Amino acid sequence: MRAALIRYSPLLILALAWQLISHFEFVSSSALPPLTDIGSAFIDLLKSGDLQKNAAPSLYRGGVGLLLAIGFGTIVGIAMAWWRPVNVVFGPLVEAFYPMPKSALIPVTVIWLGFGDGSKILLIFLGCMLPVIIGAYNGARSTEQVLVWSARSMGAGRLRMMWDVVIPSALPEILNGIRTALALAFILMVTSELIVAREGLGNLIGFLGANGSYAAMYAVVLTVAFMGFAADRVYQLAAQRVLGWREAALS
Amino acid sequence: MSTAVDPRSPAVRIVLAACSFVAHTASIVALLVAWELFARSGKVTMFMLPPFSAVAERIWSDAVGGKLWMDLGLTLYRTFVGFSLACMIGVVLGTAMARTKLARWFFDPIISIGFPMPKVVFLPVVILWLGVFDVSKIAMVTVEAVFPVVTATVLGIQGVGHELIWSARNMGAKDRELLWQVLLPAALPQVMTGVQVALPVALIVAIFTEMAMGGFGIGGVMMQASRFADSRGVFAGIVEIAIVGYCLVQALAFVRRRLLRWHQEAQAPSTV
Repeated sequence: MRAALIRYSPLLILALAWQLISHFEFVSSSALPPLTDIGSAFIDLLKSGDLQKNAAPSLYRGGVGLLLAIGFGTIVGIAMAWWRPVNVVFGPLVEAFYPMPKSALIPVTVIWLGFGDGSKILLIFLGCMLPVIIGAYNGARSTEQVLVWSARSMGAGRLRMMWDVVIPSALPEILNGIRTALALAFILMVTSELIVAREGLGNLIGFLGANGSYAAMYAVVLTVAFMGFAADRVYQLAAQRVLGWREAALS
Repeated sequence: MSTAVDPRSPAVRIVLAACSFVAHTASIVALLVAWELFARSGKVTMFMLPPFSAVAERIWSDAVGGKLWMDLGLTLYRTFVGFSLACMIGVVLGTAMARTKLARWFFDPIISIGFPMPKVVFLPVVILWLGVFDVSKIAMVTVEAVFPVVTATVLGIQGVGHELIWSARNMGAKDRELLWQVLLPAALPQVMTGVQVALPVALIVAIFTEMAMGGFGIGGVMMQASRFADSRGVFAGIVEIAIVGYCLVQALAFVRRRLLRWHQEAQAPSTV
């Protein structure tokens, strides 16, 4: 408890400085509303249900896009590492599209699928897929040959070997790729909703900002930022649990 | 690894290089051909998917007219100013955090909370403070791109072996010499990895801010085209951005190889 207090005290100091600066109006209160105002705006948003109503579609889009990307990306990445023809086809495509800024795809997904959920899910899927593919590819490629040979000599078929040997040994890298994808999912969700949407957290931020209710806007911005942070922490805890057998085996 | 002269004749080597080039680009060419055929098949409208030839024509006419270079220049200017600031701040801050307790105490929780946050949501706040022009775009780029550099620098400097530091101290290195001649060079591979992560991020954020705030640049022009239902313009923007992103990443990989020529990783076969 005390250790945590000392560790996080810089944040408290920042929060205090924020409160003091806006309290004594060193900067205008629309540019930096006091934290207390932001807190009460947050409670108002919760009470009116605006926050929940907009968070649901956002999380739905992010979740579906991310899950599709994880499923598809893992399969393609492992296939690339184990079958040469797949690598010849997908390798250059992955290499060419990896550095491409995915936010550039926002107008195209809108042209294809309109303003609703479909275009956001497609965008998040396309954006999150590449880090997962690269993680799975690097992980599967570095599977120890000895393990593969042992599994083969004990009579494991191809699929069986994938499932029991290749995937577990590639798991750390796959999970790492998914962590990158998780952060990207939040970024793409918010950016696409800020630019074109009728509902969702990004849209709520834009709406409140345009209306000049800055305290409420700050409340939503901080909520989304915190959600991204919390998702990452929860994911890391889960990943540690999933990889628990590995640490136990190594120590 | 081997610097020995390839025994094969030059003609054979040229053929081999050509083959590997063809194998490498075959799937991209196939994708473009499929795009062209699918767009012309009549199953989709010109609006949904203009043929690649029409998009290429559009890029060509923009390039001849000079519009392309202006937008490209603006986007790259915003990307590079933000990216350079992020690299400088990131390395200085990372070094300070790795070497002094006070800096680590103050910045560690901020970095560890800030890194996984989607910082693009602060866009409306940044607009509120800095307006909609270049300053706010560059600020957003810097804020997003600084985190990978800081964390990589901290890890890199903390990972420098004690023997190196002790030897340098033993031979009478001052703090400044220790930093410039031992710590930073030894941490360079990791710092470069962070910088390589930061560059595509900088480009993503530059394009996103242009889309959200306007003000020309490739992102701004794409958004404009999208509003006017000019899908050729949108696809032209995507192709341009894909090429620029690819070139930037390759250029940075080249810089890494040059900077780290002395390092053992240069001798090992590259994995990416």
